Amino acid sequence: MVETPLILQTVDLTKHFGMIKAAERISVEVNQGELVGIVGANGSGKTTFLNLITGYLKPERGRILLMGRDTTGLPPRTITRLGVARSFQVPQLYRHMRVLESVLLSLAAESGNGGSFWQPLFKESRRAEALETLKRFGLSAYAHRPTSELPEGGRKLLDIALSFALKPKLLLMDEPTSGVSIEDKFEVMDTLVKVLQESNVTTIFVEHDMEVVQRYGWRVLVFDEGQVIADGKPDNVLADPEVRKTVLGRV
Amino acid sequence: MDIGLLTIIIFDGLNYAAVLFLIAVGLTFVYGVLRILNISHGAIYGLGAYMATWLTILLLNKGLPPYLSYFVLLTGAIIIGLITGPSIERLCLRRIYGSDIHIQLLLTFSILLILDDAMKLIWGVEPMFMSEPYFLLGQFSVGGIIYPRYTFLLIGVSASFGVFLVWLVRGTRFGKLVVSVIQDREISVAMGINVGLIYTAAFTMGALSAAIGGAFIAPTISVAPGFAAEVVVMSFAVVAIGGLGNLEGAALGSLIVGLARALAIHLVAELELAVIYLIMVLVLAFRPQGLFGAVEERRI
Amino acid sequence: MRPNLRVVSIVSALLILVPLAMPSWVVFILTKALFTFIAVLGVALLLRGGQLTFGHALFFATGTYTVGFSVKWFGFRDALLLVPMGALTGLIMAALVGLIMARYRGVFFAMLNLAFSMILYAILLKFYWVTGGTDGISVGTATFLGFPLRAGTYPFYYLTLVIAGLITYVVYRFLASPLGYFLRAIADNEIRIEYSGESVRRVIYLTYILAGGLGGVSGVLAAFTVGHVVPEDAFWFQSGQFVFIALLGGFEGILGSLMGAVAFEFIQTYSSKYFPYAWQLTLGGIMLFIILFRPGGLWAIYESLVSRFSSKAEGSTHG
Ligand SMILES: Nc1ncnc2c1ncn2[C@@H]1O[C@H](COP(=O)(O)OP(=O)(O)OP(=O)(O)O)[C@@H](O)[C@H]1O
Ligand SMILES: [Mg+2]
Repeated sequence: MVETPLILQTVDLTKHFGMIKAAERISVEVNQGELVGIVGANGSGKTTFLNLITGYLKPERGRILLMGRDTTGLPPRTITRLGVARSFQVPQLYRHMRVLESVLLSLAAESGNGGSFWQPLFKESRRAEALETLKRFGLSAYAHRPTSELPEGGRKLLDIALSFALKPKLLLMDEPTSGVSIEDKFEVMDTLVKVLQESNVTTIFVEHDMEVVQRYGWRVLVFDEGQVIADGKPDNVLADPEVRKTVLGRV
Repeated sequence: MDIGLLTIIIFDGLNYAAVLFLIAVGLTFVYGVLRILNISHGAIYGLGAYMATWLTILLLNKGLPPYLSYFVLLTGAIIIGLITGPSIERLCLRRIYGSDIHIQLLLTFSILLILDDAMKLIWGVEPMFMSEPYFLLGQFSVGGIIYPRYTFLLIGVSASFGVFLVWLVRGTRFGKLVVSVIQDREISVAMGINVGLIYTAAFTMGALSAAIGGAFIAPTISVAPGFAAEVVVMSFAVVAIGGLGNLEGAALGSLIVGLARALAIHLVAELELAVIYLIMVLVLAFRPQGLFGAVEERRI
Repeated sequence: MRPNLRVVSIVSALLILVPLAMPSWVVFILTKALFTFIAVLGVALLLRGGQLTFGHALFFATGTYTVGFSVKWFGFRDALLLVPMGALTGLIMAALVGLIMARYRGVFFAMLNLAFSMILYAILLKFYWVTGGTDGISVGTATFLGFPLRAGTYPFYYLTLVIAGLITYVVYRFLASPLGYFLRAIADNEIRIEYSGESVRRVIYLTYILAGGLGGVSGVLAAFTVGHVVPEDAFWFQSGQFVFIALLGGFEGILGSLMGAVAFEFIQTYSSKYFPYAWQLTLGGIMLFIILFRPGGLWAIYESLVSRFSSKAEGSTHG
């Protein structure tokens, strides 16, 4: 089989909630190794797009191909196993668990060991790997604390770390810097981009802040009412006053 | 199957359905508003039956004209509803809103255990009989089948209560407040709605439903301890079939369970009890949210 | 969930040695506590996943009637084979019922379990020509490789203890494994589990099967301890008692369930002596108290005592 450089392809992806067009004939292609930003006003369908790709929502029309495979209609679990992980706009953490334990769970799931009921979760090698992961995300200090004690920025980072620990080929991040103060935004993004580039993970991230997209995205998709209205280099796309108006207009 | 048996099955089925609906509608209403499955519902039903029976016997012995006994039944039920409803909600439930579901279930379960024994301590373990209201109405016959008129009273009471609840929710100011609390608790609080009071009132309506159910079934049975849990499972079955929190669903569920139970009793007596649970399992296996329930998706 | 070797050895030593100094009625009660503990472990496991069952007696009764029918049909009452048989029938029952149950959570999980157990209860009650109806089946005394094994005697007690010990180890391994942690995670966040590529249903299903097996084993031992199996074994009240014990002990830690079971048996013994007509009231009252005032159960009380004690000890060594 020929290795296709195309990692994600959607064709005419459509999803409506009653009268709301959350996704409207979205056709997008993302190549391996890209770092793609998504911008759009509130309610323009950015999260819906991620939900569709990862199988949380089923499209009414259109198809999704991941690494050349048609995954339309598959549930999140199956898609995750194919190597697509995501983080969430509101971090999805294990409330009662410690930070280290939750990373260990991701690692166990990734190694196909998640279903083991006899081997301990705390294997020495796995533990070392989990600590290493936490270190890369700057969360070492919290390793033994319950996830509920993390500050907001830390919660976002852990949420991403849990997905990253699954060693995905494609990582989707939903507003990685929301809830992070403006001063800290670039620092957080620096950390994330560095970790992801080191591991060669193709990344799509949703972001409200155009400056962030401009600085980190190689390419940007602009969403409006479920449609992709622009797609290209951030410098070109975000310079367009029409784009600026739709993105900023309704915030 | 001959037509006579069929008629009896239908009458029996409607009879059960009326009783089941009367009890289940309160359970589903409380769940709809408070999002708590009140396991102690079955015990309130038992208390209603005991109180009504005891009070009626007492007053009949004092020379109460028998035709007033229906009024006494209702009074007994209302007394129980008004005592248990507010006290359970204010003293216990109030402390566990927002707790994990299993904590809420355990709490109402423990109340069931307490009340179930309290009945034995208050009224003893000997069965109590009080069938005047039942016999007073006499019987009627259709096509050679003789059937007690009391069934109509049951159906009437049950339907009235259902209509009353629906009117309360859809046609009154109280109902508007309830709906607003169901839709968004926090906004309701912000708008100055006394959510605590709404909860107490809603729970008391539920308690009344159970107590009235117990009171009006009492003349047709021997009132004895220990059936509280069965009643609550049965009404849960009804409610689950219709869709938890759904008033119309409770009506449909009662009809299905009532008729199925009547069929089973007359055709395969061994399955009398099991059939209710079997229906519930079957419905839920194919439609987990119940017949009328909507699926709740979490937005992420 | 770190195994505290010292605690484990102390508890084991107590369970091995204390009965030797006790009259036979205490040995009898401890035996009951042990097999109850086994069933309660199943309930507590599911509770760790945030799932409450009001129907665990389904598996308990599957175990007791495994013995019942074995004695009735084959005259076979050897514990060596029947204990694994009970585990197996419990597992199979759970594997079947679990196919439906794994789809449900919360209120539905609790009540559907109740419904299934009540179906079994109704069957045991009504199909009396097979099951003996209300009278149940008398199973007499167990044998072990042909030797009689009387309830309330040391051999029976130690057999139960060994089984409970093995099961504790299995459950401990389970809880320390990824699956055990995913189980806890269910109560926290199912979406994250699915987005880790793990199946929530699968986790619940496997736990349910394990819990069912434990219920079966418990039932077999119970049948031989009591010498009699009855439909009430499947009744909601039996399930309710398991839930009570799990709550009493606290869901965290296996030791909690053990403490709960021992406490329960003694409460029952004294309660039936002094308040014979208020057993449910006693249970309900204690339960209400725990939920409103001591949500962690005995285990939490124990832990807070330990931490207070050890901080005092530390204070004195440093001071
Ligand atoms: N499960 C759902 N049911 C009904 N409507 C929904 C659902 N999910 C999303 N929507 C609607 O679809 C539209 C797109 O929502 P989406 O969450 O994708 O927007 P978004 O671009 O991520 O917005 P934000 O920047 O606020 O996160 C919105 O109008 C939203 O209200
Ligand atoms: Mg969004």
